[in-house]
Amino acid sequence: MNNLEPIFELKEVKYRDILDITHLEIPANVVTCIVGESGSGKTTLLRLLNHLISCDRGEVLYKGQDLKTIDPISLRRRVMMLPQNPVVFSGNIQENMLIGLNFAEKPPVSTTQLLHFLNLVALKKEVQQNALSLSGGEKQRLAVARLLLLDPEVMLLDEPSAALDEGTEDLMMSGLKDYVIQNNKTLIMVTHSKAIWSAYGDFVVTIKEGRVASQKGGNQG
Amino acid sequence: MNDLIEIGFWRLSAAYFFVIVLLLILRRFEIGKEKEVLLSTIRMTIQLVLVGYLLEYLFGHQNLLITLLLLVIMLGFAINNVFSRIKKRLKLEFKRVISFSLIIGTCLSLFFFLLVVVGIRPWYEVRYFIPIAGMIIGNSMTGITLGAERLLDGMHSRKDVIEGALMMGAKPYTAAKQVVIDAFTAAILPTINSMVGMGIVFLPGMMTGQILSGISPITAIEYQIAIMLGIVGSVTFSVFLLVFLGYRLFFNERCQLEIN
Repeated sequence: MNNLEPIFELKEVKYRDILDITHLEIPANVVTCIVGESGSGKTTLLRLLNHLISCDRGEVLYKGQDLKTIDPISLRRRVMMLPQNPVVFSGNIQENMLIGLNFAEKPPVSTTQLLHFLNLVALKKEVQQNALSLSGGEKQRLAVARLLLLDPEVMLLDEPSAALDEGTEDLMMSGLKDYVIQNNKTLIMVTHSKAIWSAYGDFVVTIKEGRVASQKGGNQG
Repeated sequence: MNDLIEIGFWRLSAAYFFVIVLLLILRRFEIGKEKEVLLSTIRMTIQLVLVGYLLEYLFGHQNLLITLLLLVIMLGFAINNVFSRIKKRLKLEFKRVISFSLIIGTCLSLFFFLLVVVGIRPWYEVRYFIPIAGMIIGNSMTGITLGAERLLDGMHSRKDVIEGALMMGAKPYTAAKQVVIDAFTAAILPTINSMVGMGIVFLPGMMTGQILSGISPITAIEYQIAIMLGIVGSVTFSVFLLVFLGYRLFFNERCQLEIN
């Protein structure tokens, strides 16, 4: 795994009593899974990478540059995050997809492109359907599709498949994995599921009580 | 038209009959609140009598400094009133924004109104200055209270939505836009709505007072339209300053949401 180019590097990072990471490199253009028990600091790590919070000491480097020196808005337009319970706005699926473009100040796209990304996350719905009528799992996939539409370099997903059944989870994850490989993207995701990280994680970081307990190449079954 | 009927002490005392009836009803039906009604009535009476004598004195002693002092006192009371009416604990920076918005919003509207609309000279003539300032400051105070409460509530209750937008690269304003707009609308709506019913549902206090004191209804209406527009302007401007300066306090320089 060491031959992979790091997209993120954390050095002596401490955040309150939640995270204490001596050194961590997250490789580019692969799927990295962050695993660990609840409350171990996984989500906090994603929030640090999205610069939604800043570490109390140490450095978080993105492509070798300290996050504190990068304009936070421009960083978040390249490194986007999806929380565990993503927000779905009132309105239809199309409007929900387009609102992301509004947030990131990107031009509108065609319905064909919307459908392409909805397909990618295995959400086969009419774009005119009311988004609030979707099930929890469908809302989660809609939010993932919204993020993909924004074309970030790095996607930080917090338990993106938590509300999905096994079959749909596999469909979405294989779609995401293909997308990452074909488009040279980086996916960093928090997951509880061993089935997910062992099947799709190229790199797996285990967090225990705020520290990196292990980091290794995945796909080992 | 100008035969004004003086109410006088005894007939004014008869008006307290309404309060006595209210107190009897409250007691008879065990509703309670007699103490509050009694205290409010006494407070209203004492405050108005004092203001009456104060204004009587001031009308005879025009003075720039006294007028300015009164303005400062009115603004001070209004700001303090906003702080005490908002139930949440306010950060010092937010208190500053409230004070700034109320002072700038009302003073600019007030001076524009006095100098351009009414055109009084000198501008500090107490007969005009105090009632007009009272109406403008009072309404802006209510607007600012509503706006501040809605902004605080919205930023807290919609924290996840705002942060969700930030995660996708939204600028703080874009992320908080809906909360800002909701707070602004909620704060100015009562003023806008009060214009709709005016003249049909009710006759506003100032106009009623002027008509009762013998002024032609047409003149009273001119004043009422002008003051209503002045109030709308002042409320809008004060609330605009409040919400557009206020929402920024929830973000730090790294565009991170800071809500305790």
